[in-house]
Amino acid sequence: MARTVMQRMGGKDQILAGLMLSPTVLAAVFFIYAFILWTIWLSLTRSTILPSNHFVGLANYQDLFGSSRWWRSLSNLGIFGGLYVLISMAIGLILAIFLDQRIRGERLFQVVFLYPMAISAVVTGVAWRWLLDPNFGVQAIIRSLGFSHFHFAWIDDPDLAIYTVVIAAVWQTSGFMMAIFLAGLRGISPDIVKAARIDGAGTMRIYRRVILPNLAPTFFVAFILSAGLAIKAFGLIIALTGGGPGYSTNVPTIFMYVFSFERGEMGVGAASALIMLAIMMIVVVPFVILDARRKA
Amino acid sequence: MRRLSIYLILGTAALFFLLPLYIMLVTSFKTMPEIYNDGILALPHHLDLYAWHHAWSGATIGASDQGIHPFFFNSFELVIPAVIISTAIGAINGYVLTHWRFRGANIIFYLLLLGTVFPFQIILLPMAWVQGQLHIAGTLIPGLVMVHIIYGLAFTTLFFRNYYVSIPHDLVRAARVDGAGFFRIFWRVMLPLSTPIIMVTAIWQFTMIWNNFLFGVVFTNSDQQPVTVAINDLVDTVTSVHMWNVDMAAALIAAIPTLVVYLLAGKYFVRGLTGGAVKG
Repeated sequence: MARTVMQRMGGKDQILAGLMLSPTVLAAVFFIYAFILWTIWLSLTRSTILPSNHFVGLANYQDLFGSSRWWRSLSNLGIFGGLYVLISMAIGLILAIFLDQRIRGERLFQVVFLYPMAISAVVTGVAWRWLLDPNFGVQAIIRSLGFSHFHFAWIDDPDLAIYTVVIAAVWQTSGFMMAIFLAGLRGISPDIVKAARIDGAGTMRIYRRVILPNLAPTFFVAFILSAGLAIKAFGLIIALTGGGPGYSTNVPTIFMYVFSFERGEMGVGAASALIMLAIMMIVVVPFVILDARRKA
Repeated sequence: MRRLSIYLILGTAALFFLLPLYIMLVTSFKTMPEIYNDGILALPHHLDLYAWHHAWSGATIGASDQGIHPFFFNSFELVIPAVIISTAIGAINGYVLTHWRFRGANIIFYLLLLGTVFPFQIILLPMAWVQGQLHIAGTLIPGLVMVHIIYGLAFTTLFFRNYYVSIPHDLVRAARVDGAGFFRIFWRVMLPLSTPIIMVTAIWQFTMIWNNFLFGVVFTNSDQQPVTVAINDLVDTVTSVHMWNVDMAAALIAAIPTLVVYLLAGKYFVRGLTGGAVKG
């Protein structure tokens, strides 16, 4: 009812409003949605350094899934993404719960936990590359304390280097997860906590039975955000390991970049981008839609 | 006892978060022999500014040996127009989407919302081609600026939309009854209420664009690159001896602008991180 009155009153202004929004809509349709279709088309063609319209069916996907480097990239994303999401959410939740205990200096702790989020992933990569360097970093520090056989050279080990990416990424974004969980905790009505306390529940019990279940939507959001960050991680890994040693820390973002822009295999690069999109859709979009439904 | 252990855990976590910054700082003020002799935890004997000076104006990056400073300024040339334009358009869009609703507004909202989720790899190849056709491939301005504006719009629009939703409709209706039009209502009613969300959005965009690496490395060449790409080149440039102190100084130089903004206006940054994300 209100809307129809508005629209009748609107007239010229309503049209003007539509005109003002239209560049963004057109930009989104062209630069996002048409570009996705375009990338799909490229992935079906024999495009190399230059785009070509020579249709080759699924040949690029066959090449992609015939490549051990791509499989390594996928399994790395699984290892890195899984651990990173789990650990950063766990640290974020724990820090948020502790910060929520009417702590003195809460502001200061928050500033310290969150500052890595304000720093470029490339800077983070450079810093951790230095800290994890076996000759100078953590290994050297612990050895200098007298543990001369201490061994910690993951960054040089093709089997273990991917775990250094987890360390650096957790360092960068656990504070972000903390902020999300803290906002969630502060959103829980104190009344239900009080009620549980009156019923005689202890702190642990209140957290397990009352607070954490009420935090379910926050877990949702934290999962979406951290999974998204994991799938998109690029600069951090480039600066930390360069995707190496060899291609042992390649992930789909790096694979896509190398094939598209360094090796001139645009068709394969496009195919890898589409698989990334599919992964993102499978992991994230159901949550986004569920979440939007719940709020609508 | 319980409180003590809480502080102990929070303090340990704080040390973990501060350690890399500490290591970077002390390393950047040391000489290479000092680093070899004293390890990376030790404080420098005296504040040696060589690494900072060399990183700023002497280090080899790609084909240039002018240090990081041209790229540092590149990032400012990139960030300033990109932040202003994407924020301004986002404000108008948010205003339209909340107070001039029309059929299909929800679809547009979801189209944009999804636009914040996709991995950008999906648009890199077509965008590179389009920039080539426009003869702006490899340029900072307008090439990279354009990319950041386009792909920032979904974020800025959603920020403003989520904020303007809570501004009562009656305010707009009253202004219209008084004869105010589209722009007048925006200037006189919406904008005066918008300072917090402008801060949130501008700081968000500043941080995201300054820190971005992917678009910079794909869409710019040599002297047009933003500072994040230059840092990576610098660290990657293999000389006879790795100059860790110079690497750290350069990385800190690249981190300073966003860190300063964070320290001065962290409140807004956090609100962008949580509010924008949570309300999405």
